[in-house]
Amino acid sequence: MKRETGQVMLEIRGLHASVEGNEILKGVDLTVHVGEVHAIMGPNGSGKSTLAQVLAGHPAYQVTAGTARYLGTDLLGLKPEERAREGVFLAFQYPVAIRGITNSYFLRSAVNALRKHQGLPELDPLDFLQVLEEKLKAIGWDDTMLNRAVNEGFSGGEKKRNEILQLAVLEPTLAILDETDSGLDIDALKTVADAVNKLRRPDRSFVIVTHYQRLLNYIIPDHVHVLVGGRIVKSGGKALALELEEKGYDWVKPEGAGAAT
Amino acid sequence: MTAHFVDQYKAFAANGGGGAPAWLRDLREGAIARFAAAGFPSTRQEQWRFTNVRPVAETPFTLSGGRWDLGRVPAGALVTTLGEALHRWPDLVRAHLGRYASVDANPFTALATAFLAEGVFVHIPARTVIAEPIALTYRPPSPPPAPSGGGRPMTHPRVLVVLEREAQAKLVESYEGEPHGVSLTNAVTEIVLGDAARLDHCRVQREGEQGYHFATTQSHQARDSRLVFTTIALGSGLSRHDINGVLDGTGAYLILNGLSVLAGSQHVDHHTTIDHAQPHCESHEYFNGVFDGASRGVFNGRIIVRPGAQRTDSKQTNNNLLLSDGARADSQPQLEIYADDVKCTHGSTVGPLDQTALFYLRSRGLGLAAARGLLTYGFGAEILDRVAIPGTRERLDHLVRTRLGVGDEIGRAA
Ligand SMILES: Nc1ncnc2c1ncn2[C@@H]1O[C@H](COP(=O)(O)OP(=O)(O)OP(=O)(O)O)[C@@H](O)[C@H]1O
Ligand SMILES: [Mg+2]
Repeated sequence: MKRETGQVMLEIRGLHASVEGNEILKGVDLTVHVGEVHAIMGPNGSGKSTLAQVLAGHPAYQVTAGTARYLGTDLLGLKPEERAREGVFLAFQYPVAIRGITNSYFLRSAVNALRKHQGLPELDPLDFLQVLEEKLKAIGWDDTMLNRAVNEGFSGGEKKRNEILQLAVLEPTLAILDETDSGLDIDALKTVADAVNKLRRPDRSFVIVTHYQRLLNYIIPDHVHVLVGGRIVKSGGKALALELEEKGYDWVKPEGAGAAT
Repeated sequence: MTAHFVDQYKAFAANGGGGAPAWLRDLREGAIARFAAAGFPSTRQEQWRFTNVRPVAETPFTLSGGRWDLGRVPAGALVTTLGEALHRWPDLVRAHLGRYASVDANPFTALATAFLAEGVFVHIPARTVIAEPIALTYRPPSPPPAPSGGGRPMTHPRVLVVLEREAQAKLVESYEGEPHGVSLTNAVTEIVLGDAARLDHCRVQREGEQGYHFATTQSHQARDSRLVFTTIALGSGLSRHDINGVLDGTGAYLILNGLSVLAGSQHVDHHTTIDHAQPHCESHEYFNGVFDGASRGVFNGRIIVRPGAQRTDSKQTNNNLLLSDGARADSQPQLEIYADDVKCTHGSTVGPLDQTALFYLRSRGLGLAAARGLLTYGFGAEILDRVAIPGTRERLDHLVRTRLGVGDEIGRAA
């Protein structure tokens, strides 16, 4: 799919979603243009991860109303693997461990699934290793995590870094990062932010879910949104993040959405 | 039906029992007396709660002989039949045979010891390092065609492995059987490691799915010795394997790995006992099971830390994957700790494929079938990756893939 600056990459309209019969998203509207970085902030339990998982296609969430279009196609009509192959990537808030499967095999399977979809020949282990080494060098990391089972016994920070490594290798068009900064120490936070900044491109967009303005000092967003009670209740520029850091969420909470002061 | 088996024994003993020396005849006599007194276990006994051996007890098995293939014997190692060993190295055999596998602990061990005749003796002299793997393959006799009634074969293959001090070896012990017909293999293996000896031992069981396979593996380790024992259970309709390790010298190290891959109506029961008899020993246990169809897995992991066995470090994990609604797995840790300065951890899981993991893989572009295959294969690979015997990891990988229906392209190391 073609993408040019100024074109709409993701357009979410009136999105409602439930899990186990509980409505979590209650009408989300969001437009992300090609090349933009959007930050989504909001209190615990407000639905940020739900929104991210719904966009990636988690089968446990039911979309009950609304639409999400990605580069003009109906995103919600695609299976999770089809979304990934079309260039949508979600860095999980809680990355999953896969026993017995090495990280490098996992990465190669994922890359080859994309390549197959693009009509490119699959990479054999040696070719892939070369690609991988280039990517690692580009983001300035070593290869110590490659021969361990995926996320198995990884520390919290290692898991988050591993998500960014996948992002670098899979080169998505739309990257959704769900609290990739949580659980990182200051140095790791800088490393991850650096890696993300290196991956910023005019034809790639980011949606970054975070609780901390700190991350946004390193990754400067074009827009900041506040999600409360399953709705985006306020949007603004990067200054909004600073304001939230100072005042908390209560002042932006709409009537009837959660506790007032 | 205990009487039928005792009668079989009487006939065996009257035939001269293979011309055994007096001490061996005494060993057998003691064992059959023990078996006759105990009888077959019932599911009312705690250690047999999940495994009903009635179909074995009620089959009028006939004592038979199987076939051992001893492969190519590496230079420096002694690998020979028990008969030959009894003849040529009687004192060496007598010093170890039947000294470790207790006839009191399990009636099947008693039965096997009563019929002790066919088997293999492996001996590695002190300070001898054998790099090339030793391969022992056992094939039970082919059972007669189904309708012919009686005469179903039972065999009692025995293996004795002795590594003298500082000896090192790698061993693959395989049990392979006919795909059809009812037979009983009742195997006992005793492993003895001297001071600082090292053994990598892999046991593979892929007998026919209508057969019964009972086994005891009993190891005994002296100080600073190291044993890595991996058991792969793919075959047999009903199998029970007791693995008992005694850490009887400070600094001894034991790794026990297990993988069961079952389908149809197969049943496997692993009872492991790790006995920390001395301080400063370490044991790690990793058992995975993958159960499809209406198959069933039982795991019981007993860890004993004797009084005075301080600084024991013991870890046990058992993970079971159920691929169908009809499959079932029961997992039970059993910790008996009589020392205070110890580290013992255990954990187990039983369940279907993790939906979150499936979604995680799909969100990276893998199709549903590929994602399922990868997760399933990972359960097996996690154990196979612990097998450090040249050539064996690859052979097992192929067997496990075939069993799981996972293609050769899935999971290959990048
Ligand atoms: N699978 C589920 N089953 C039941 N409730 C769920 C499930 N997933 C999410 N929820 C509920 O949905 C609400 C929103 O959760 P979500 O994870 O989207 O919040 P969040 O904004 O990402 O919070 P945090 O900042 O803590 O990560 C919470 O009340 C949560 O308990
Ligand atoms: Mg969240």
